[in-house]
Amino acid sequence: MAAETPLTGRIRPGSEPMWIDEYEAHGGYQALRKAVGKMKKKEVQGVVKESGLMGRGGAGFPTGVKWGFTPMGDDAVHPKYFIANADEMEPGAFKDRFLMEGDPHQLVEGLAVSSYAIGADVAYIFLRNHYRLARKRLERAIEEAYRQNYLGKNVLGSGYNLEMRLHISAGRYICGEETALISALEGNRPIPRAKPPFPGASGLFGMPTVVNNVETLCNVPHIVKNGAEWFQGLSKTDQAGTKVYGVSGRVNKPGCFELPMGTTIREILEHAGGMTDGYKFRGVLPGGGSTDFLVDEHLDLAMDYQTIQGAGSRFGTGTMIVLDDKTCPVAFVANLMKFFGQESCGWCTPCREGLPWLARVLYAIERGEGKASDLDLLSGHTDKIWIGKTYCALAPGAIEPLQSALKYFREDFEDHIQNKRCRWS
Amino acid sequence: MLNDVERKEIDAKVDAAETRKQACVEALTIVQNHRGWVSDESLEDVAAYLEMSPSELDAIASFYNLVFRKPVGRHVIYLCDSISCFVMGKDSVAASIQEKLGIKPGQTTGDGEFTLLPAECLGACDHAPVMVVDETLYHDLNPERVGQILDDIKGAG
Repeated sequence: MAAETPLTGRIRPGSEPMWIDEYEAHGGYQALRKAVGKMKKKEVQGVVKESGLMGRGGAGFPTGVKWGFTPMGDDAVHPKYFIANADEMEPGAFKDRFLMEGDPHQLVEGLAVSSYAIGADVAYIFLRNHYRLARKRLERAIEEAYRQNYLGKNVLGSGYNLEMRLHISAGRYICGEETALISALEGNRPIPRAKPPFPGASGLFGMPTVVNNVETLCNVPHIVKNGAEWFQGLSKTDQAGTKVYGVSGRVNKPGCFELPMGTTIREILEHAGGMTDGYKFRGVLPGGGSTDFLVDEHLDLAMDYQTIQGAGSRFGTGTMIVLDDKTCPVAFVANLMKFFGQESCGWCTPCREGLPWLARVLYAIERGEGKASDLDLLSGHTDKIWIGKTYCALAPGAIEPLQSALKYFREDFEDHIQNKRCRWS
Repeated sequence: MLNDVERKEIDAKVDAAETRKQACVEALTIVQNHRGWVSDESLEDVAAYLEMSPSELDAIASFYNLVFRKPVGRHVIYLCDSISCFVMGKDSVAASIQEKLGIKPGQTTGDGEFTLLPAECLGACDHAPVMVVDETLYHDLNPERVGQILDDIKGAG
């Protein structure tokens, strides 16, 4: 039997997504009916917590636990907010685009069910500006959902009210950080906030707020409909569910592949058709641009949160970028460092000053202008710009590909410095 | 001065917001859609309308990559500058665009048709290299094809 693909089963790449009638005919909005009709809010929270769903946006925090931080009950403060983080901008990540363009109602339903679970009054989808097709499709899906009373006042006669709004951002990577996103949505300069307080207690406008990634939310209707045990059974490991993995780089069929959580890296690369003729595999960033390289020896590892962390990297978004033998590893890392330096919000010094400096050093090495001392300088900064020394996770994320490149591809850095040239250019 | 159309569009966003200020990114986007960019004067108009100080609004406007505080061409080319597009050869595509248009990243052609901007990852890594021009994503680019695409865009106005 082919493995189940609940998240992508309704997606028909290249054609129109399922609009309301067809979506309903394929099981759509049954989870919302079940939740608001037959389940208490705490029960919805309970099944999601029991399912073991972990955040698909990068940090991998247990979703049900995150929801549990919001005050519940009759004396809980209102309004409460639920935000879908659709600001996908991690280098190499394209799974949320695939889900939103391919099945926009799935996100709307997932967000509505999740909002109900915490008793949110207003739900936002925080979408990046460049996702124009996703925008059009979500606008239509939200409109259709309002018309069917899946949104709005007294949802399906349950007494529950939910407004849903689409916010189009104006382009900054840092807005994907949940507290920066909240600042952005308030109409402030999008700079991360200190935690605690966590958004669950004090988020948008100081009110209880949950922010979840698009793919995370797309899982919720299926969990509510089919149960926690079913969700756990989808996985090959003890971390539940399927995962929409992505592969890009010099492979034959780059794309998104929904597979059981814990599928090995080798198998995922095989789904992507293997390496393109004439290119050899050298390494992979397993979870997007801000994760550490893994290499040949890691190919048979299960792609799940714990295994990848155990190998010294991070599961991140689960979208892999392949480094081949015809691409300069120094230039590869320099490109990432430039991105992170540019997208730094500028609030804290290690990130604002440190990342552009590292990018300049990396590009100098790449041009053949590096000094022998540069390697120590780079290594030293992997510690100086690390978790606990910066305001948010952006800068430590930028360090991950660098520190692992220095470990696995050190001879390439040394070759540039000794021979004063890049042998790839 | 904001004109009636701009005010009406901004009002719709303000109505759906909790505070006037919450609609500031939308308001900047609306003004930019009508005027092409956000001049100091436009910024002051929007700030006054949303009951913000101009400096508070500029701290936001200048933060975002897609709010233009300088004039841009009729078409803005966002060429993805990130990792998967780099691996798949975006440097040769960039060189081809720069040679054809005679501009560097951040510049606008003399006839005001095109502005070339490097973009953060455009999230279409399975079809790298990619660029967005106006509303459209162009994918699987190569140095030859990109020239034809730009000709077509210019021809279509």
